[in-house]
Amino acid sequence: MPEVVKVTLIKKEYLKPDIVKFKVQADEIVKDAKPGNFLEIRVTETTVPFLRRPISIYNLNRNEGTLEFIFQIKGEGTKLLGKKEEGDLVDIIGPLGMGTFKFDKYEKIAVVGGGIGVFPLYELSKEAKEAGKDVSIYLGFRSKDYVLLEKEFENVSNKLVITTDEGSYGIKGFAINKLEEDLKNRKIDCIYACGPLPMLKEVKKLAIEKEIPCQISLEERMGCGIGVCLGCAVKTAKSSKENPEYWHVCKGGPVFQAKDVDI
Amino acid sequence: MNTSINFAGIKMKNPVTVASGTFGYGREYSKFFDLSKLGGIITKGTSLKPKSGNKPPRVCETPSGMLNSIGLQNPGVEYFAENDLPFLKKFDTAIIVNACGSTIDDYIDVCKILDTLDIDGVELNLSCPNVKEGCMAFGSSYQGVKEVTSRVRKVLNKPLIVKLTPNVSNIAEIAKGAEDGGADAVSLINTLLGMKIDIEKRRPVLANNTGGISGPAIRPLAVRMVYEVSQAVSIPILGMGGIINGEDAIEFMLAGASAISIGAGNFANPYTSINTIKEIEEYMKKHEIENISDIVGQVKMN
Repeated sequence: MPEVVKVTLIKKEYLKPDIVKFKVQADEIVKDAKPGNFLEIRVTETTVPFLRRPISIYNLNRNEGTLEFIFQIKGEGTKLLGKKEEGDLVDIIGPLGMGTFKFDKYEKIAVVGGGIGVFPLYELSKEAKEAGKDVSIYLGFRSKDYVLLEKEFENVSNKLVITTDEGSYGIKGFAINKLEEDLKNRKIDCIYACGPLPMLKEVKKLAIEKEIPCQISLEERMGCGIGVCLGCAVKTAKSSKENPEYWHVCKGGPVFQAKDVDI
Repeated sequence: MNTSINFAGIKMKNPVTVASGTFGYGREYSKFFDLSKLGGIITKGTSLKPKSGNKPPRVCETPSGMLNSIGLQNPGVEYFAENDLPFLKKFDTAIIVNACGSTIDDYIDVCKILDTLDIDGVELNLSCPNVKEGCMAFGSSYQGVKEVTSRVRKVLNKPLIVKLTPNVSNIAEIAKGAEDGGADAVSLINTLLGMKIDIEKRRPVLANNTGGISGPAIRPLAVRMVYEVSQAVSIPILGMGGIINGEDAIEFMLAGASAISIGAGNFANPYTSINTIKEIEEYMKKHEIENISDIVGQVKMN
């Protein structure tokens, strides 16, 4: 059940000059939150910007009742949010999204992330690892300067691969290429992915080709975040030109079975 | 202190309703507060057959507001009657169904069905700017509005509200078309047609290129139009356009609206509608207003 709450920012940390991590005390949200859920954050009491900003949950600390989310300072909204300091209140609706990452029935999982799309994959990896799953993580970044959270992901994986597009750090190439290579002599029960659309398309293609279940977390421009405005539409796989059919990222997602959506 | 009103034959405990397309069929917001607190709920635009809506992106942020081009995605009137209406009937609030269509026959057919349902009224959508057929095409001329209204009037015994588009040069004349066609009330304004361009891609942000602007950005325009319509017709007005608090609501009522709707404001804060009710009561207390209806149209022009 989502709640509208004003919670205290207890820790603010810059991962990069434009990438910020917030830790908030949010017991009401944490108790129901699942890996893959997101938050709708109101960045101002005024009307500019008007809409809330959807931001995924990075880490849940269920004992403390705290959660962390990470965002890139990019537009008007995230700029304002980034100005908040420890002790300030943050206006959040969450947890949101009925489509979350599920791993119960799998043993060996592969997690693929690209750029700032890696954030929602942390809680999934952490919970899967704690549940005794074999977790292989493949994270791709543009170059060395863009690499994020290597240590954190290392701690929640059995194997971590970092790639950069031009090879300035880790393995040269895309994360998905390395996964594809590993699949030749390694069995994976399910692939999880979040990142830029071209990457997700490749992951979906690979998963279908290899007949491996695949769960992907999608993004789309949102109005309400709770399933009312029907703004964040995503085409279903069944959709055709004559009979278009849409689901909504905020409600059915943000995590979908890759085979069920047309991306 | 009395906040209750009789709006075109629809009894409401207060003048605050939620606008079509910003509240779905109530389920999502019922998780945040008791829907019985509302004066009324105007449902998502509902058509005879299900509609899948437009391609994404369908929404984007604009200064003090938003742009949308949903394209009237809805499950159709039969699905609504079976699945959503029983849920809404659990609450003690007026249920008004927003009806849309591509042809006059569509409007007539959907209203025939709506007339048989346990609802309090119908809001005829002659103003959606995001679909190619129907809606705004009928709503942009006196004759068009009068014709659809009068033909729907023949099959609908329930209170009939006609929702008007602001994308016309003289909205008062359009409102007259609704009144002459037999409407019990008018609601205004629907969204203003707008466009946002991504300068890197050199393309409009919305897949449909254009969409409707809502939110506080359009409020002064809506207030002016409510005033103009109030001077031109004698049927009551449901006023809307960027209302996010009690002050805004009172402004619309002074301009001539008998009741108001909260639209995009629901998205910024799910509690906008119930906060507005509280703030209206505070205004009444402060100004010793016995009946909320007493302030309708009470603006004194300079």
